[in-house]
Amino acid sequence: MTDIADKHDQYPQRGALHRLVLDNRAALGTFVVFVLMMALFFWGNPQVFSDWRIYNSVLTTLPVALFLVVPLVFIVTVGEIDLSFPAVMGSAAWIFALGVAAGYDPFLCIAVAIVVGMVLGIGIGAIVVYAGLSSLVATLGMNYLLRGAILIFTNGKSIAVVSLKGTVAYDVLSGSLWGFPVQMLWATAFIILSMILYNRHKFGARVHCVGDNPDSAEQMGIDTKRIRVYTFVFMGFGAALAGIFSTMINFTWWPTSGDSYLLPTLAAVFLGGTPTWGGIGTILGGAIGAVIVSFIQVGIVSAGLDGFYVQFFNGLIIILALLGHRWNQTRYR
Amino acid sequence: MAERLIELRDIKKSYGNVFAVGGVNMAIDQGEVVGLLGDNGAGKSTLIKILAGAVKPSSGEILVRGKPVHGWSAAKSRAAGIETVFQDRALAVQQTIVRNIFMGREITTAMGLLNVGKQRAEAERLMRDIGFTSKVFSPDSIVGQLSGGERQGVAIARAIYNQADLIVLDEPTTALSLTETEKVFRFVRNVRESGRSILFIGHNIHHVFDIAERFVVLDRGRVAVEITKPEVKTVDRLIAFMEHVAHPAGANPLDDSPATTGANL
Repeated sequence: MTDIADKHDQYPQRGALHRLVLDNRAALGTFVVFVLMMALFFWGNPQVFSDWRIYNSVLTTLPVALFLVVPLVFIVTVGEIDLSFPAVMGSAAWIFALGVAAGYDPFLCIAVAIVVGMVLGIGIGAIVVYAGLSSLVATLGMNYLLRGAILIFTNGKSIAVVSLKGTVAYDVLSGSLWGFPVQMLWATAFIILSMILYNRHKFGARVHCVGDNPDSAEQMGIDTKRIRVYTFVFMGFGAALAGIFSTMINFTWWPTSGDSYLLPTLAAVFLGGTPTWGGIGTILGGAIGAVIVSFIQVGIVSAGLDGFYVQFFNGLIIILALLGHRWNQTRYR
Repeated sequence: MAERLIELRDIKKSYGNVFAVGGVNMAIDQGEVVGLLGDNGAGKSTLIKILAGAVKPSSGEILVRGKPVHGWSAAKSRAAGIETVFQDRALAVQQTIVRNIFMGREITTAMGLLNVGKQRAEAERLMRDIGFTSKVFSPDSIVGQLSGGERQGVAIARAIYNQADLIVLDEPTTALSLTETEKVFRFVRNVRESGRSILFIGHNIHHVFDIAERFVVLDRGRVAVEITKPEVKTVDRLIAFMEHVAHPAGANPLDDSPATTGANL
């Protein structure tokens, strides 16, 4: 039992390293999973995994997943869920591709696409929050609705944006720097800024409080509805970035763009150590989760196993990681 | 005499034709601890919800420092310096003490970034002021690790940071052990010493008797008695009166007290 003593009013001063480990235990746990997985792959095929090319190929497409995972951690922390980000990603990327194909300046197209993503975020957030709908079901509906609209308007036709090649926008955003994909730098900057927003900013503090105890937050004068909507706007921002980068990397926009990211992104958030019940979460863990998910596919195939094993290993890693987090984290009520 | 902080005049609240609160008059002065007693259904929770602005009274008047306030609401209640600590849902238990204290009123630097050092120092000062000192917990501890009494301490520290003049504690000791109750009492005493007022709600008469200086006993939506501790003398007399209120038979045990009001049931 704890004792509030009158004489000794000093609690133990813990070292900075100790606190860092405690504060990031979920992310560290995810990192351990990652290291173990990579060790396994390396043991399975040392030749492939000691070659830089395999990492390069993962790092080329990884940023797309990172732009989705990070904002989703905010949404889960605030106590909601979003299943509509694939369609928002597809919509924003569609506007971007249309603009580029029509010959507009790519930077302008990027700006417009980001605005589109954020406006969709406002709409989805407002529907969920102010109409008091279940975010699970409402965003599922929005995903179908938006994707359906894209398919209707485009007749299912893709848009090629080969004209991006050689433009300043392409070189700066997703070119190559000494053989290293530049988009990875942007994604890293995005993660760092988001971590500051999440852990060290007023907004992040409120996201945590609203997700933890909305009654209390409301009583303390926090506009809990507005905070919830903001997380959806941030998701729209991230989804737009993901869509833009995905289109640039592939030089093509497909009407299904974003669809394949739904389940891997959700998996990355939860195996990263953000629990489903809201109030807490980890951006860094989610990012490592995205790295894990990206490497599973490449790793399985390179390790000489059949592609059929990918889904099986996805599931195995998710379940093992969840068990690990269950043991690693206490749930306070 | 101390300044009159809050005064309720003939507050009524009816649901249909049932009166939850049927004409309550009571006042709280600056720096006093008032105990609000009453059985389940006596109207305690309706009354504190009215004070917090969560429930609108059907009729009656609320005066803050002698001035009537019109259109009483949660925002006006907060502006008047009233902060209610509701029993179970006051804190975000997965967050740190610091984050709970500054919930909604964070100390920030440029661009809304949290001033971590200043928040921590301020939290330490607030906790020291109310007598919440611990060998085990720092301002960065998670509230979920704290005991029930300590959680009340965090809520009280937050109310003080929010510059509350009247802190309403809703059943703060109901689920607590003896030692935990003692902790809450210490916080309350320290708060009173800083010149703030406390309205302490409970149905454990012993707890309320120990900490409050004046008691308001509610019965079926009305004030059955309003009496000071010197007048009531012992807890046994207060208990006897409460029993008399519940089952009126024989003489009112408080009849010899001069200040008894409205106790003729």
